[in-house]
Amino acid sequence: MGVVFFLVMVSIVPFAIGPDPNLLARIGPAILWIAALLASLLCLDRLFQADLEDGSLDLFHLGRAPLELAVLAKCAAHWVTTGLPLTLAAPFLGLMLQQEETALAAVTLTLLAGTPALTLIGAIGAAATVTLRRGGLLMALLVLPLTIPVLIFGVSAAEAATGGTVSFAAPFAILCAISLGALALCPFAAAAALRSAGE
Amino acid sequence: MIAFSSLANPAVFLRLTQRVLPWLGAASALLSGLGLYLVFFVSPADYQQGETVKIMYIHVPAAWLAMFAYMVMTSASLGVLVWRHPLADAAQKTAATLGAAFTFICLVTGSLWGKPMWGTYWVWDARLTSMLILFLLYLGLIALRQTMEDSPRGARIAAIMTLVGFVDIPIIKFSVDWWNTLHQPASVLRAGGPTIAAAMLWPLLIMALGATALFLALHLMAIRNEILRRRVARLTLQAAAAGEEGGAAELLEPAQ
Repeated sequence: MGVVFFLVMVSIVPFAIGPDPNLLARIGPAILWIAALLASLLCLDRLFQADLEDGSLDLFHLGRAPLELAVLAKCAAHWVTTGLPLTLAAPFLGLMLQQEETALAAVTLTLLAGTPALTLIGAIGAAATVTLRRGGLLMALLVLPLTIPVLIFGVSAAEAATGGTVSFAAPFAILCAISLGALALCPFAAAAALRSAGE
Repeated sequence: MIAFSSLANPAVFLRLTQRVLPWLGAASALLSGLGLYLVFFVSPADYQQGETVKIMYIHVPAAWLAMFAYMVMTSASLGVLVWRHPLADAAQKTAATLGAAFTFICLVTGSLWGKPMWGTYWVWDARLTSMLILFLLYLGLIALRQTMEDSPRGARIAAIMTLVGFVDIPIIKFSVDWWNTLHQPASVLRAGGPTIAAAMLWPLLIMALGATALFLALHLMAIRNEILRRRVARLTLQAAAAGEEGGAAELLEPAQ
Protein backbone atom coordinates (compact mmCIF):
# COMPACT_ATOMS: atom_id res chain seq x y z
CA MET A 1 0.00 0.00 0.00
CA GLY A 2 2.62 2.48 1.11
CA VAL A 3 4.85 1.68 -1.85
CA VAL A 4 1.99 2.12 -4.31
CA PHE A 5 1.20 5.51 -2.78
CA PHE A 6 4.91 6.36 -3.01
CA LEU A 7 4.90 5.47 -6.71
CA VAL A 8 1.76 7.53 -7.39
CA MET A 9 3.10 10.52 -5.44
CA VAL A 10 6.41 10.51 -7.31
CA SER A 11 4.75 10.08 -10.69
CA ILE A 12 2.27 12.94 -10.29
CA VAL A 13 5.00 15.46 -9.44
CA PRO A 14 6.33 15.74 -13.03
CA PHE A 15 2.77 16.44 -14.19
CA ALA A 16 2.61 19.39 -11.84
CA ILE A 17 6.07 20.90 -12.38
CA GLY A 18 6.77 19.73 -15.94
CA PRO A 19 9.13 17.02 -17.20
CA ASP A 20 12.27 19.19 -17.43
CA PRO A 21 15.16 16.75 -16.64
CA ASN A 22 17.43 19.37 -15.06
CA LEU A 23 14.75 20.58 -12.69
CA LEU A 24 13.77 17.02 -11.79
CA ALA A 25 17.38 16.09 -11.14
CA ARG A 26 17.75 19.05 -8.82
CA ILE A 27 14.61 18.58 -6.73
CA GLY A 28 14.46 14.78 -7.02
CA PRO A 29 15.77 13.99 -3.50
CA ALA A 30 13.27 16.41 -1.99
CA ILE A 31 10.38 14.83 -3.91
CA LEU A 32 11.43 11.34 -2.85
CA TRP A 33 11.69 12.41 0.78
CA ILE A 34 8.31 14.15 0.88
CA ALA A 35 6.66 11.18 -0.83
CA ALA A 36 8.30 8.77 1.63
CA LEU A 37 7.19 10.91 4.58
CA LEU A 38 3.57 11.01 3.42
CA ALA A 39 3.54 7.34 2.47
CA SER A 40 4.82 6.22 5.86
CA LEU A 41 2.36 8.56 7.58
CA LEU A 42 -0.52 7.12 5.54
CA CYS A 43 0.03 3.63 6.93
CA LEU A 44 0.58 4.75 10.51
CA ASP A 45 -2.95 5.48 11.67
CA ARG A 46 -3.80 1.77 11.75
CA LEU A 47 -0.66 0.94 13.76
CA PHE A 48 -2.51 0.48 17.05
CA GLN A 49 -6.15 0.78 15.98
CA ALA A 50 -6.52 -2.81 14.77
CA ASP A 51 -5.06 -3.99 18.08
CA LEU A 52 -7.50 -1.83 20.01
CA GLU A 53 -10.45 -3.24 18.07
CA ASP A 54 -9.61 -6.92 18.47
CA GLY A 55 -8.45 -6.57 22.07
CA SER A 56 -4.76 -7.35 21.56
CA LEU A 57 -3.91 -3.98 23.06
CA ASP A 58 -5.41 -5.08 26.40
CA LEU A 59 -3.30 -8.20 26.25
CA PHE A 60 -0.20 -6.06 25.68
CA HIS A 61 -1.19 -4.07 28.76
CA LEU A 62 -1.62 -7.20 30.88
CA GLY A 63 1.31 -9.14 29.45
CA ARG A 64 4.53 -9.74 31.30
CA ALA A 65 6.61 -7.86 28.72
CA PRO A 66 6.52 -4.09 29.22
CA LEU A 67 4.22 -2.12 26.90
CA GLU A 68 7.24 -0.17 25.62
CA LEU A 69 8.66 -3.39 24.22
CA ALA A 70 5.39 -4.20 22.46
CA VAL A 71 5.39 -0.69 20.96
CA LEU A 72 8.97 -1.15 19.80
CA ALA A 73 8.06 -4.48 18.18
CA LYS A 74 5.05 -2.91 16.47
CA CYS A 75 7.26 -0.08 15.18
CA ALA A 76 9.84 -2.55 13.90
CA ALA A 77 7.12 -4.49 12.10
CA HIS A 78 5.72 -1.28 10.63
CA TRP A 79 9.15 -0.22 9.43
CA VAL A 80 9.80 -3.61 7.80
CA THR A 81 6.47 -3.41 5.96
CA THR A 82 6.58 0.30 5.07
CA GLY A 83 9.93 2.02 5.58
CA LEU A 84 12.03 -0.76 4.13
CA PRO A 85 9.95 -1.22 0.92
CA LEU A 86 10.02 2.56 0.44
CA THR A 87 13.80 2.51 0.74
CA LEU A 88 14.08 -0.37 -1.69
CA ALA A 89 11.77 1.32 -4.20
CA ALA A 90 13.56 4.67 -3.95
CA PRO A 91 16.44 3.87 -6.41
CA PHE A 92 13.96 2.88 -9.15
CA LEU A 93 11.78 5.93 -8.64
CA GLY A 94 14.95 8.01 -8.46
CA LEU A 95 15.80 6.82 -11.96
CA MET A 96 12.45 8.19 -13.15
CA LEU A 97 13.45 11.52 -11.59
CA GLN A 98 16.71 11.66 -13.55
CA GLN A 99 19.00 11.03 -10.59
CA GLU A 100 22.63 10.04 -11.13
CA GLU A 101 24.24 7.03 -9.46
CA THR A 102 25.74 8.90 -6.52
CA ALA A 103 22.48 10.73 -5.92
CA LEU A 104 20.56 7.45 -6.06
CA ALA A 105 22.87 5.85 -3.52
CA ALA A 106 22.72 8.91 -1.27
CA VAL A 107 18.91 9.15 -1.31
CA THR A 108 18.57 5.43 -0.61
CA LEU A 109 21.05 5.62 2.24
CA THR A 110 19.36 8.64 3.82
CA LEU A 111 15.95 6.97 3.53
CA LEU A 112 17.35 3.84 5.16
CA ALA A 113 18.66 5.94 8.05
CA GLY A 114 15.68 8.29 8.29
CA THR A 115 12.55 6.18 7.84
CA PRO A 116 12.91 4.50 11.28
CA ALA A 117 12.66 7.97 12.84
CA LEU A 118 9.51 8.67 10.79
CA THR A 119 7.92 5.44 12.03
CA LEU A 120 8.91 6.01 15.65
CA ILE A 121 7.80 9.64 15.80
CA GLY A 122 4.60 8.70 14.01
CA ALA A 123 3.94 5.98 16.57
CA ILE A 124 3.46 8.67 19.23
CA GLY A 125 0.78 10.32 17.12
CA ALA A 126 -0.81 6.97 16.32
CA ALA A 127 -0.92 6.10 20.02
CA ALA A 128 -2.37 9.49 20.96
CA THR A 129 -5.20 9.24 18.43
CA VAL A 130 -5.86 5.50 18.79
CA THR A 131 -9.34 5.87 20.26
CA LEU A 132 -10.57 8.42 17.73
CA ARG A 133 -12.65 7.12 14.86
CA ARG A 134 -11.11 9.36 12.23
CA GLY A 135 -7.78 10.03 13.85
CA GLY A 136 -5.74 10.01 10.64
CA LEU A 137 -6.02 13.69 9.83
CA LEU A 138 -5.42 14.77 13.41
CA MET A 139 -2.45 12.41 13.62
CA ALA A 140 -0.92 14.00 10.52
CA LEU A 141 -1.45 17.44 12.08
CA LEU A 142 0.34 16.35 15.26
CA VAL A 143 3.15 14.37 13.69
CA LEU A 144 4.15 16.38 10.61
CA PRO A 145 5.66 19.36 12.52
CA LEU A 146 7.75 16.92 14.56
CA THR A 147 9.13 15.19 11.47
CA ILE A 148 10.50 18.41 9.94
CA PRO A 149 14.04 17.92 11.36
CA VAL A 150 14.20 14.44 9.78
CA LEU A 151 13.13 15.92 6.46
CA ILE A 152 15.64 18.79 6.66
CA PHE A 153 18.66 16.61 7.41
CA GLY A 154 17.57 13.79 5.10
CA VAL A 155 17.22 16.08 2.11
CA SER A 156 20.34 18.12 2.89
CA ALA A 157 22.43 14.96 3.20
CA ALA A 158 21.07 13.62 -0.08
CA GLU A 159 21.77 16.90 -1.84
CA ALA A 160 25.21 17.27 -0.29
CA ALA A 161 26.26 14.00 -1.91
CA THR A 162 25.88 15.41 -5.41
CA GLY A 163 27.91 18.51 -4.77
CA GLY A 164 27.38 21.38 -2.42
CA THR A 165 29.14 23.34 0.23
CA VAL A 166 28.72 20.84 3.08
CA SER A 167 30.01 17.29 3.21
CA PHE A 168 27.65 14.33 3.11
CA ALA A 169 28.81 13.02 6.49
CA ALA A 170 27.69 15.94 8.68
CA PRO A 171 23.93 16.03 7.91
CA PHE A 172 23.92 12.24 7.58
CA ALA A 173 25.38 11.84 11.07
CA ILE A 174 22.70 14.16 12.47
CA LEU A 175 20.03 12.15 10.64
CA CYS A 176 21.35 8.94 12.22
CA ALA A 177 21.42 10.69 15.60
CA ILE A 178 17.77 11.71 15.22
CA SER A 179 16.83 8.12 14.36
CA LEU A 180 18.75 6.71 17.34
CA GLY A 181 17.31 9.33 19.68
CA ALA A 182 13.80 8.51 18.43
CA LEU A 183 14.54 4.81 18.96
CA ALA A 184 15.49 5.50 22.56
CA LEU A 185 12.71 7.94 23.50
CA CYS A 186 9.65 7.46 21.29
CA PRO A 187 8.58 3.99 22.55
CA PHE A 188 8.21 5.46 26.04
CA ALA A 189 6.09 8.38 24.88
CA ALA A 190 3.94 6.15 22.67
CA ALA A 191 3.46 3.61 25.47
CA ALA A 192 2.49 6.39 27.88
CA ALA A 193 -0.10 7.64 25.38
CA LEU A 194 -1.42 4.10 24.90
CA ARG A 195 -1.74 3.61 28.68
CA SER A 196 -3.75 6.83 28.92
CA ALA A 197 -5.91 5.75 25.99
CA GLY A 198 -6.55 2.35 27.55
CA GLU A 199 -7.97 3.74 30.80
CA MET B 1 3.09 22.82 51.49
CA ILE B 2 -0.47 22.47 52.81
CA ALA B 3 -1.15 26.12 52.02
CA PHE B 4 0.32 25.65 48.56
CA SER B 5 -1.73 22.57 47.71
CA SER B 6 -4.90 24.27 48.92
CA LEU B 7 -4.36 26.79 46.11
CA ALA B 8 -5.01 23.95 43.68
CA ASN B 9 -8.51 23.45 45.07
CA PRO B 10 -10.81 24.82 42.34
CA ALA B 11 -13.11 26.62 44.79
CA VAL B 12 -10.17 28.33 46.52
CA PHE B 13 -8.68 29.07 43.11
CA LEU B 14 -11.91 30.75 41.96
CA ARG B 15 -12.07 32.89 45.13
CA LEU B 16 -8.40 33.89 45.00
CA THR B 17 -8.29 34.70 41.30
CA GLN B 18 -11.39 36.84 41.65
CA ARG B 19 -9.39 39.02 44.00
CA VAL B 20 -6.15 38.93 41.99
CA LEU B 21 -7.62 39.45 38.53
CA PRO B 22 -8.56 43.18 38.79
CA TRP B 23 -5.02 43.96 39.98
CA LEU B 24 -3.46 41.97 37.16
CA GLY B 25 -5.73 43.63 34.61
CA ALA B 26 -4.92 47.07 35.99
CA ALA B 27 -1.19 46.29 36.02
CA SER B 28 -1.38 45.13 32.43
CA ALA B 29 -3.29 48.24 31.33
CA LEU B 30 -0.95 50.58 33.23
CA LEU B 31 2.27 48.95 32.06
CA SER B 32 1.12 48.64 28.46
CA GLY B 33 -0.16 52.24 28.50
CA LEU B 34 3.11 53.53 29.97
CA GLY B 35 5.07 51.34 27.58
CA LEU B 36 3.17 52.56 24.53
CA TYR B 37 3.62 56.19 25.65
CA LEU B 38 7.35 55.63 25.99
CA VAL B 39 7.48 53.84 22.65
CA PHE B 40 5.71 56.54 20.69
CA PHE B 41 6.80 59.76 22.39
CA VAL B 42 10.04 59.12 24.29
CA SER B 43 12.10 56.35 22.72
CA PRO B 44 14.22 57.43 19.77
CA ALA B 45 13.86 56.17 16.21
CA ASP B 46 16.63 53.85 15.10
CA TYR B 47 19.42 55.48 13.07
CA GLN B 48 19.06 52.80 10.40
CA GLN B 49 15.52 51.51 10.66
CA GLY B 50 13.75 54.78 11.39
CA GLU B 51 10.29 54.53 12.93
CA THR B 52 9.77 50.89 11.92
CA VAL B 53 11.87 49.87 14.91
CA LYS B 54 8.74 50.49 16.99
CA ILE B 55 7.29 47.23 15.69
CA MET B 56 9.88 45.60 17.93
CA TYR B 57 8.00 46.66 21.07
CA ILE B 58 5.06 44.42 20.05
CA HIS B 59 7.02 41.75 18.20
CA VAL B 60 9.55 40.85 20.88
CA PRO B 61 7.12 40.61 23.84
CA ALA B 62 4.78 38.50 21.68
CA ALA B 63 7.64 36.16 20.82
CA TRP B 64 8.69 35.86 24.46
CA LEU B 65 5.12 35.12 25.51
CA ALA B 66 4.63 32.60 22.73
CA MET B 67 7.46 30.59 24.27
CA PHE B 68 6.40 31.42 27.83
CA ALA B 69 2.93 30.03 27.10
CA TYR B 70 4.48 26.79 25.90
CA MET B 71 6.55 26.59 29.09
CA VAL B 72 3.35 27.11 31.11
CA MET B 73 1.69 24.35 29.08
CA THR B 74 4.66 22.04 29.65
CA SER B 75 4.65 22.55 33.41
CA ALA B 76 0.86 22.13 33.46
CA SER B 77 1.31 18.91 31.50
CA LEU B 78 3.71 17.63 34.15
CA GLY B 79 1.00 18.50 36.68
CA VAL B 80 -1.51 16.49 34.67
CA LEU B 81 0.75 13.47 34.30
CA VAL B 82 2.25 13.39 37.79
CA TRP B 83 -0.55 14.63 40.06
CA ARG B 84 -3.48 14.14 37.65
CA HIS B 85 -4.87 17.46 38.79
CA PRO B 86 -7.94 18.85 36.99
CA LEU B 87 -6.73 22.43 37.47
CA ALA B 88 -3.47 21.64 35.66
CA ASP B 89 -5.58 20.17 32.88
CA ALA B 90 -7.62 23.39 32.60
CA ALA B 91 -4.40 25.44 32.60
CA GLN B 92 -2.87 23.27 29.86
CA LYS B 93 -5.98 23.44 27.70
CA THR B 94 -6.49 27.20 27.91
CA ALA B 95 -2.83 28.16 27.50
CA ALA B 96 -2.78 26.58 24.03
CA THR B 97 -5.19 29.11 22.52
CA LEU B 98 -3.39 32.05 24.13
CA GLY B 99 -0.02 30.73 23.02
CA ALA B 100 -1.26 30.30 19.48
CA ALA B 101 -2.58 33.88 19.50
CA PHE B 102 0.75 35.32 20.71
CA THR B 103 2.67 33.22 18.19
CA PHE B 104 0.39 34.52 15.46
CA ILE B 105 0.95 38.13 16.57
CA CYS B 106 4.69 37.50 16.62
CA LEU B 107 4.66 36.03 13.10
CA VAL B 108 2.47 38.80 11.65
CA THR B 109 4.37 41.69 13.21
CA GLY B 110 7.66 40.08 12.28
CA SER B 111 6.48 39.72 8.71
CA LEU B 112 5.34 43.35 8.56
CA TRP B 113 8.68 44.43 10.01
CA GLY B 114 10.56 42.19 7.58
CA LYS B 115 9.08 43.83 4.49
CA PRO B 116 10.67 47.29 4.95
CA MET B 117 13.85 45.96 6.60
CA TRP B 118 14.70 42.75 4.77
CA GLY B 119 12.70 43.46 1.62
CA THR B 120 10.50 40.41 2.04
CA TYR B 121 7.56 39.33 4.15
CA TRP B 122 8.92 35.86 4.73
CA VAL B 123 12.21 34.02 4.48
CA TRP B 124 12.84 30.40 5.43
CA ASP B 125 15.20 31.50 8.14
CA ALA B 126 15.82 29.15 11.09
CA ARG B 127 14.17 31.42 13.68
CA LEU B 128 11.12 32.13 11.53
CA THR B 129 10.69 28.50 10.58
CA SER B 130 10.98 27.18 14.12
CA MET B 131 8.43 29.81 15.24
CA LEU B 132 6.09 28.65 12.47
CA ILE B 133 6.53 25.08 13.70
CA LEU B 134 5.59 26.28 17.20
CA PHE B 135 2.41 27.76 15.71
CA LEU B 136 1.64 24.45 13.98
CA LEU B 137 2.26 22.59 17.26
CA TYR B 138 -0.21 24.88 19.04
CA LEU B 139 -2.81 24.30 16.31
CA GLY B 140 -2.31 20.53 16.49
CA LEU B 141 -2.71 20.55 20.28
CA ILE B 142 -5.86 22.70 20.05
CA ALA B 143 -7.30 20.31 17.46
CA LEU B 144 -6.41 17.35 19.68
CA ARG B 145 -8.19 18.92 22.65
CA GLN B 146 -11.25 19.71 20.57
CA THR B 147 -11.48 16.14 19.29
CA MET B 148 -11.04 14.53 22.69
CA GLU B 149 -14.01 15.12 24.93
CA ASP B 150 -13.38 16.54 28.41
CA SER B 151 -11.98 13.36 29.86
CA PRO B 152 -8.94 12.71 32.05
CA ARG B 153 -7.80 10.49 29.19
CA GLY B 154 -7.82 13.33 26.68
CA ALA B 155 -6.00 15.54 29.18
CA ARG B 156 -3.18 13.03 29.65
CA ILE B 157 -2.77 12.37 25.94
CA ALA B 158 -2.63 16.11 25.23
CA ALA B 159 -0.08 16.43 28.04
CA ILE B 160 2.13 13.75 26.50
CA MET B 161 1.96 15.45 23.10
CA THR B 162 2.82 18.79 24.75
CA LEU B 163 5.92 17.27 26.33
CA VAL B 164 6.95 15.75 23.00
CA GLY B 165 6.53 19.11 21.25
CA PHE B 166 8.77 20.81 23.82
CA VAL B 167 11.80 19.89 21.67
CA ASP B 168 10.95 22.95 19.55
CA ILE B 169 11.48 25.48 22.38
CA PRO B 170 15.28 25.10 22.72
CA ILE B 171 15.48 25.01 18.93
CA ILE B 172 13.73 28.39 18.73
CA LYS B 173 15.91 29.86 21.47
CA PHE B 174 19.21 28.73 19.98
CA SER B 175 18.26 28.81 16.28
CA VAL B 176 19.91 32.22 15.85
CA ASP B 177 23.16 30.89 17.32
CA TRP B 178 23.21 27.54 15.52
CA TRP B 179 22.30 28.77 12.06
CA ASN B 180 23.76 32.07 10.96
CA THR B 181 20.85 33.35 8.88
CA LEU B 182 18.84 36.54 8.45
CA HIS B 183 17.22 36.92 11.87
CA GLN B 184 19.46 38.80 14.29
CA PRO B 185 20.91 36.99 17.33
CA ALA B 186 19.70 37.59 20.88
CA SER B 187 20.34 41.14 22.09
CA VAL B 188 18.53 41.29 25.44
CA LEU B 189 18.81 37.92 27.20
CA ARG B 190 22.42 37.12 26.43
CA ALA B 191 25.62 36.41 28.32
CA GLY B 192 27.52 39.65 28.87
CA GLY B 193 24.46 41.90 29.20
CA PRO B 194 22.09 43.41 26.65
CA THR B 195 23.53 45.10 23.57
CA ILE B 196 20.46 47.25 23.02
CA ALA B 197 20.50 50.93 23.97
CA ALA B 198 18.93 51.77 27.34
CA ALA B 199 16.47 54.21 25.74
CA MET B 200 15.03 51.30 23.80
CA LEU B 201 15.56 48.60 26.43
CA TRP B 202 13.37 50.22 29.09
CA PRO B 203 10.25 50.63 26.95
CA LEU B 204 10.79 47.08 25.68
CA LEU B 205 10.98 45.65 29.20
CA ILE B 206 7.92 47.61 30.31
CA MET B 207 5.98 46.40 27.27
CA ALA B 208 7.12 42.84 28.01
CA LEU B 209 5.93 43.12 31.62
CA GLY B 210 2.61 44.54 30.46
CA ALA B 211 2.17 41.74 27.95
CA THR B 212 3.07 39.15 30.59
CA ALA B 213 0.48 40.61 32.95
CA LEU B 214 -2.01 40.50 30.07
CA PHE B 215 -1.20 36.86 29.42
CA LEU B 216 -1.52 35.95 33.10
CA ALA B 217 -4.83 37.80 33.42
CA LEU B 218 -6.27 36.21 30.28
CA HIS B 219 -4.99 32.80 31.32
CA LEU B 220 -6.52 33.04 34.79
CA MET B 221 -9.80 34.19 33.27
CA ALA B 222 -9.74 31.32 30.80
CA ILE B 223 -9.06 28.80 33.58
CA ARG B 224 -11.96 30.25 35.59
CA ASN B 225 -14.19 29.93 32.54
CA GLU B 226 -13.06 26.36 32.02
CA ILE B 227 -13.82 25.43 35.65
CA LEU B 228 -17.24 27.06 35.49
CA ARG B 229 -17.97 25.48 32.10
CA ARG B 230 -17.19 22.03 33.45
CA ARG B 231 -19.29 22.68 36.53
CA VAL B 232 -22.23 23.72 34.34
CA ALA B 233 -21.79 20.65 32.15
CA ARG B 234 -21.70 18.39 35.22
CA LEU B 235 -24.76 20.00 36.79
CA THR B 236 -26.65 19.78 33.51
CA LEU B 237 -25.85 16.09 33.36
CA GLN B 238 -27.00 15.64 36.96
CA ALA B 239 -30.20 17.50 36.24
CA ALA B 240 -30.80 15.41 33.14
CA ALA B 241 -30.17 12.28 35.16
CA ALA B 242 -32.70 13.46 37.74
CA GLY B 243 -35.12 13.74 34.86
CA GLU B 244 -36.51 17.13 35.76
CA GLU B 245 -36.47 19.94 33.25
CA GLY B 246 -37.21 22.54 35.93
CA GLY B 247 -34.57 21.09 38.19
CA ALA B 248 -31.77 22.17 35.89
CA ALA B 249 -32.29 25.86 36.47
CA GLU B 250 -32.46 25.31 40.21
CA LEU B 251 -29.26 23.33 40.25
CA LEU B 252 -27.43 25.88 38.16
CA GLU B 253 -28.17 28.68 40.62
CA PRO B 254 -25.62 27.81 43.33
CA ALA B 255 -22.91 27.46 40.70
CA GLN B 256 -22.88 31.13 39.88
